[in-house]
Amino acid sequence: MTLSAVNDFVVKFANVNGSGSASANGMFAKSILRMGVPVAARNIFPSNIQGLPTWYEVRISEAGHLGRRGGVDLMVAMNPQTWDQDVASIEPGGYLFYDSTKPMLASKFRTDIEVLGLPLTAICNAAYTDPRQRQLFKNIIYVGALAWLLGIEDNVLETLVREEFSSKPKLIDANLQALALGRDEAAARLAPIGLKMRRSDAVGDRIYVEGNTAAALGAVYGGATVCAWYPITPSTSLAEAFMAHCAELRTDPATGEARYGIIQAEDEIASIGIVVGAGWNGARAFTCTSGPGISLMQEFVGLSYFAEIPAVIFDVQRGGPSTGMPTRTQQSDILLAAYASHGDTKHPLLFPEDPAECFDFGALAFDLADRLQTTIFVMLDLDIGMNEWLCRPFAWDDSRRLDRGKVMTHEELEAGKDFGRYLDVDGDGIAYRTLPGVHPERGAYFTRGTSRDPYARYSEEGSVYVANMERLLAKFETAKSLIPAPVARPAKRRTPHGVIYFGSTTPAMHESLEILDAQGIHVDGLRVRGFPFNNEVMAFIEAHETVFVVEQNRDAQLRTLVMVEGGVDPAKLVSVLGYDGSPITARFITDEISRRIHGAARTHAPLVAE
Amino acid sequence: MTYITKPRLHHPLLQPNGLGFTRRDYEGKVSTLCAGCGHDSISAAIIQAAYELDLPPHRLAKLSGIGCSSKTPDYFLGNSHGFNSVHGRMPSVLTGANVANRDLIYLGVSGDGDSASIGLGQFAHSVRRGVNMTYIVENNGVYGLTKGQFSATSDPGSKSKRGVVNHDQAIDLVGVALQLGASFVARSFSGDKAQLTPLIKAAIAHKGAAFIDVISPCVQFNNHVGSTKSFDYVREHNAAMNRLDFIEPRAEITVDYGPGEVELVTQHDGSVLRLRKLAPDYDPTDRISAIGHLLLHQARGEVVTGLLYVDPAASDLHDHLHTVRKPLNQLEDDELVPGSAALAAINNSLR
Repeated sequence: MTLSAVNDFVVKFANVNGSGSASANGMFAKSILRMGVPVAARNIFPSNIQGLPTWYEVRISEAGHLGRRGGVDLMVAMNPQTWDQDVASIEPGGYLFYDSTKPMLASKFRTDIEVLGLPLTAICNAAYTDPRQRQLFKNIIYVGALAWLLGIEDNVLETLVREEFSSKPKLIDANLQALALGRDEAAARLAPIGLKMRRSDAVGDRIYVEGNTAAALGAVYGGATVCAWYPITPSTSLAEAFMAHCAELRTDPATGEARYGIIQAEDEIASIGIVVGAGWNGARAFTCTSGPGISLMQEFVGLSYFAEIPAVIFDVQRGGPSTGMPTRTQQSDILLAAYASHGDTKHPLLFPEDPAECFDFGALAFDLADRLQTTIFVMLDLDIGMNEWLCRPFAWDDSRRLDRGKVMTHEELEAGKDFGRYLDVDGDGIAYRTLPGVHPERGAYFTRGTSRDPYARYSEEGSVYVANMERLLAKFETAKSLIPAPVARPAKRRTPHGVIYFGSTTPAMHESLEILDAQGIHVDGLRVRGFPFNNEVMAFIEAHETVFVVEQNRDAQLRTLVMVEGGVDPAKLVSVLGYDGSPITARFITDEISRRIHGAARTHAPLVAE
Repeated sequence: MTYITKPRLHHPLLQPNGLGFTRRDYEGKVSTLCAGCGHDSISAAIIQAAYELDLPPHRLAKLSGIGCSSKTPDYFLGNSHGFNSVHGRMPSVLTGANVANRDLIYLGVSGDGDSASIGLGQFAHSVRRGVNMTYIVENNGVYGLTKGQFSATSDPGSKSKRGVVNHDQAIDLVGVALQLGASFVARSFSGDKAQLTPLIKAAIAHKGAAFIDVISPCVQFNNHVGSTKSFDYVREHNAAMNRLDFIEPRAEITVDYGPGEVELVTQHDGSVLRLRKLAPDYDPTDRISAIGHLLLHQARGEVVTGLLYVDPAASDLHDHLHTVRKPLNQLEDDELVPGSAALAAINNSLR
């Protein structure tokens, strides 16, 4: 029995990194979109430039499930190093596509899958003499072959080739020939398979973009003018995207001068130092980094908290601890960011679910930083940051103004308004600040990380210190109303079970909820979008007997945060943890939740499947 | 740190400067440093320089790290915004502030622990980026606030107050600054205000990274026999290369020296540096020979002071970043936010 499916299957490419497979594989994924079918493609790559294994997993789902499903229906096995594990990962009845130039032992195959051999190397060697061409065109040839096998329309791929090489027109014909070669060879040597692509209209107006690019664009729209950064996977492309967006969108049309300043700093400490200096001086500033960078930035984050200086940090999380798995994804910096730095500190966090929200939160973070005069963390991860996701288009309301927060002006100072830098005049814990240079005689103050009174005068008086620390707590309370509220996804029926999830887990979680629902296991979902948790999060926990907390780390960090900040009984919060470095799958979450619920059902009320 | 504000009593005979401010208007809170501390003399020189330059106090931002020296910005220019940041990281904070608003004057005040030990990296990188700033290190060769440990500028063979001999090599921040492309490099002595004040004025007027190493003996922990940062030692071993007169833009220049004795250097803003030569073969516009001189005198145990190097046509970080004239922190929404039409085009390119 071979698998049969239309517009709903998983193709995985196993390649050697540095072999030029990325652009061919990307073209394959995009061709699915151009057929009108939603697609989610994920790069699984090593911390290396050439020679190590890399994979590209393409989820094709007309129903729009864009998380990882789990399992592989068609394996394109182009890497002998990983052959055994790649063949083993194929679903029973699935397909194995491989380069059959060299004969392979029968024991290297499985009997419960269909094997599709095409002598790619031999085809290339016959068609090309240049070794580099033989390598590069081999990738295009297998795309051509797959297109024939799956029924991807010829003109879709041809258009993509023309777009891809629009700046190098002489490569267009050569690539079109390679595509045709793959298609013709497949038609001559293979038979069509059970997996099929059929034109649809399920993509709509959605866009296909990486989270890092989206977050950087959000920073442009959020008015960020200063960026200081240090290269680190997986956040580097965020800074690089900001450079590209700024060059395009923030160059003074008359003079060609930059309305932004980007500094590649000597390390992450200098990066956040530059951000804090710029924030102190009234420019919107950010850095982007990953876990190791956050570790280094701790002292400055504490200064930003205590001296109340706006800053934005995009944390594109990767596998920790230490160097960990630098090219794999995790959500394991939650506690590090929430309580960064020594002493009593807490920081607002935002958890975007996809690139569209990376854009929204990327812009929002700067308003929040100015409003709350503190560091705002935008918590991406490698999966969102470095993979292209299909998401709703970016949107901007032209009537929206940047919220600069409480900044006392020259006019107000001139009029004699009382200025106490740490004086809570509005009762929301947020004091007014002044910017350097505002007034010749009024409004100057000495910013420091040491204790001081409401008028910024140094003080080691215990009561003065405590009053200030309490005001910072009041400010954090104010933050609850400014952080985006959670998004509920109620089950079809009233249920004692709830699940909390966040960030890149969302698409797999939603698919899992659908599967569970179909099995008669009803679970209310709540997607948390930020910290501090607002009251809706606590009300949701209150309203359920058991709340699953799904996250991509070992230690259940969000659960800890919910427990500690909400005073929630630990017994009520059940962890579902997928943290092997590859994005969590719908099948994994479904298995975990149904196992726990059925396990519980044996001693309590039994669950009846519909 | 102090919470004592000075009474604002003005002596009627205090001379106002071009802006109508007296010296007192450039003072800060009462210093809480030890009596006789060299750092207070440097604060006095900064006050004098700002007064003489007719500087609007709010147009200057003063930044520091952590340590005795980094406390001093509270004791001068009380009408200027100040930022006492974290240990060794003043250069990055100053850099960010400078990128945010290119129109202010930035004065960084640091110490030898702050800049040569924990902050050597940030010192080096802010200098090589050409941040437009005046960076003063109040160099006493010792950790004062933690009571007398050696810093990285302590000379080998130098003896601590407790009698311990330092064996580690000293970092000469002047040498480092020259190597890394600082476009204004000077050294002075807190006990020589007449030399120091014009150097600070010239550094403030300089466009680019201006660095002044000021030997400032620690009266508590590093002013004893056997120290190479004591008042006595520095006085005895001071090898001044030149004496500087700072002449503001548009001021009349009168020449009252014989040929060969004076060198005039015109800076970017039109200010003129009149250098009376004390070492006949010293050319402060020649970086390579400046480094040579420094090493030569150092080998003799001498402390080279004066304006050691200046590139009057230096460029700064904003030139390199090609930023707009208007300070980034003053750009309005319509200059920052591209709007929905631009976003629609971006959306289209992502389908």
